[in-house]
Amino acid sequence: MPSQDLAVEVCNITKSFGAVNALSGIDMEVPKGTILGLLGPNGAGKTTAVRILTTLLKPDSGTARIEGIDLVRSPERVREVIGLTGQAMAIRDELTGKENLMMVGRLFHLPKKTLAARADELLERFGLTDAAQRAAKTYSGGMRRRLDLAASLISRPKVLFLDEPTTGLDPRSRIGMWEVIKELVAGGTSVLLTTQYLEEADELADGIVVIDRGTVIALGTSSELKDRVGGNVIEFFVPDSEARERAALAVAHLGTHLPTLDSTNNNVTLRVGSAGSKALVEAVRALDAADITVEELGLRRPSLDDVFLSLTGHEAKPDSEALKEGQL
Amino acid sequence: MTTTLATASKPRSHLVADAWTLMRYDLVGWKRNPSIIVFAFIQPIMFVLLFRYVFGGAIATHVPGGYVDYLVPGIIGQSAAFASFGTAIALARESQKGIIDRYRSMPTARSAVLVGRLGADLLRLTLTVILVLAVSYLVGFTFINGALPAVLMLLLGIIFGLVVCCVSAFIGLALRDEESVGSFGLIWLFPLTFVSSAFVPVSSMPGWLQVFAKNQPVTIVIDEMRSLAIGGPLVLHGWESAVWLLGIFVVFVPLAVRAYRRA
Repeated sequence: MPSQDLAVEVCNITKSFGAVNALSGIDMEVPKGTILGLLGPNGAGKTTAVRILTTLLKPDSGTARIEGIDLVRSPERVREVIGLTGQAMAIRDELTGKENLMMVGRLFHLPKKTLAARADELLERFGLTDAAQRAAKTYSGGMRRRLDLAASLISRPKVLFLDEPTTGLDPRSRIGMWEVIKELVAGGTSVLLTTQYLEEADELADGIVVIDRGTVIALGTSSELKDRVGGNVIEFFVPDSEARERAALAVAHLGTHLPTLDSTNNNVTLRVGSAGSKALVEAVRALDAADITVEELGLRRPSLDDVFLSLTGHEAKPDSEALKEGQL
Repeated sequence: MTTTLATASKPRSHLVADAWTLMRYDLVGWKRNPSIIVFAFIQPIMFVLLFRYVFGGAIATHVPGGYVDYLVPGIIGQSAAFASFGTAIALARESQKGIIDRYRSMPTARSAVLVGRLGADLLRLTLTVILVLAVSYLVGFTFINGALPAVLMLLLGIIFGLVVCCVSAFIGLALRDEESVGSFGLIWLFPLTFVSSAFVPVSSMPGWLQVFAKNQPVTIVIDEMRSLAIGGPLVLHGWESAVWLLGIFVVFVPLAVRAYRRA
């Protein structure tokens, strides 16, 4: 893709912290007006990549351009065109919603005259008008996330970096955030999004880059990545863990890979390649012969979870910290 | 492209405006945060009253005006130093919550965060010092060395507080964790302020402790403040205070700036 059509162009960026190689040469591109999902397990280098692209860290080598501006040579000009919503909610609790937006706007050197109107417009758009004059410490998790995102939009950034923007949100707030992000992109903003929720990437991202241990291990659209895993997946649920293990053993011989057992969802997944319905019939027979009753037995296309598993050898689970937050 | 070029500006030119913005919103936050009021204003008053009335009677000072005249320069210095706890907590919190990351990803002047923070803290500690002085007058303190030395004493107390704030800024930015700062941000100040001439004459301490107490900066600064308030040797302590304060400033400001860049 020609450079002038790219919002973000990353070329062979490396970064190490002491002996640890956080990024060992990554490339990626975000075409203008699209969302790129950056996926990877904990410690893969997602946050390091975002911190480099938002000028918080200097890369050891490599180049990157944001809206055509050289990141290493002109970080101060990059800062004029980007917005950042990090993992932590960067809002000041003791200030009201409106004061938070006004403060960020002033620090962006936006003209005073138009700033108040811009702040009101964003509060309205994010459903925070009623709470605008209340201290942010009284806000719910979802409201804080929306305020945080609104703050990063006050300067109308051309490129928005969202580092796990829905971690810790309840499902309803998460879907609300998705709607907001989609609207932004429809309005021409380009987004680089990191997430641990694969359904989020599936829902939002036009392109996906999977990184692990500091290198890009796959890229493409969600659909292309699923095709890469190929074939079909048999999935069924068994609540009892002992029975689940026996069931997995009973069907293992039908798979192209070993079955995967998930004790959180109580399910077993098995990649069966092109065997399709034949494998499903065989699986029913095998389970019946082993005298195990399973639930929701079916044949489906691989999900991004399957892609992730086949690429990295482990699941994309939110870390325990995020889960704890989610329960609160 | 042209708009980008037009808005691209030298960050330095925004330093004053950005620091002022940060300072102003910091002050806005105060009125909604009662713990700041308690810590900055009520706790120092309690110290004045406790030392004046509870411990004061047991401490022999040989100062003409009695213990209260001995105590007040010390307690002003101690209050100014303790006020720096707020600096460390605020910077640790902003660092932990990604607020500093946001500022650093914006075209905000780089040093505005530290300058704005220290500006707000300077104002807060000035109010603390004035309040402590007012309460001290109510419980019997008087300047007996004239008006100019009295003003100089207050100024020295405030400058001392500001220098300690620079150390605390480094601690807050280096620890980057509100809880750690909560337990560590104040504790280092206890031996420094209490094992000094702030509350009791150093000569009443055991010999081995006197070696530390006599030569550490808090004693030197507070002795100078005391000389300014109620008379005593000015010149030597003045020079020593200036050297210590400048030395701490020159060491800790670059350390804080470095920690800020890594935050």
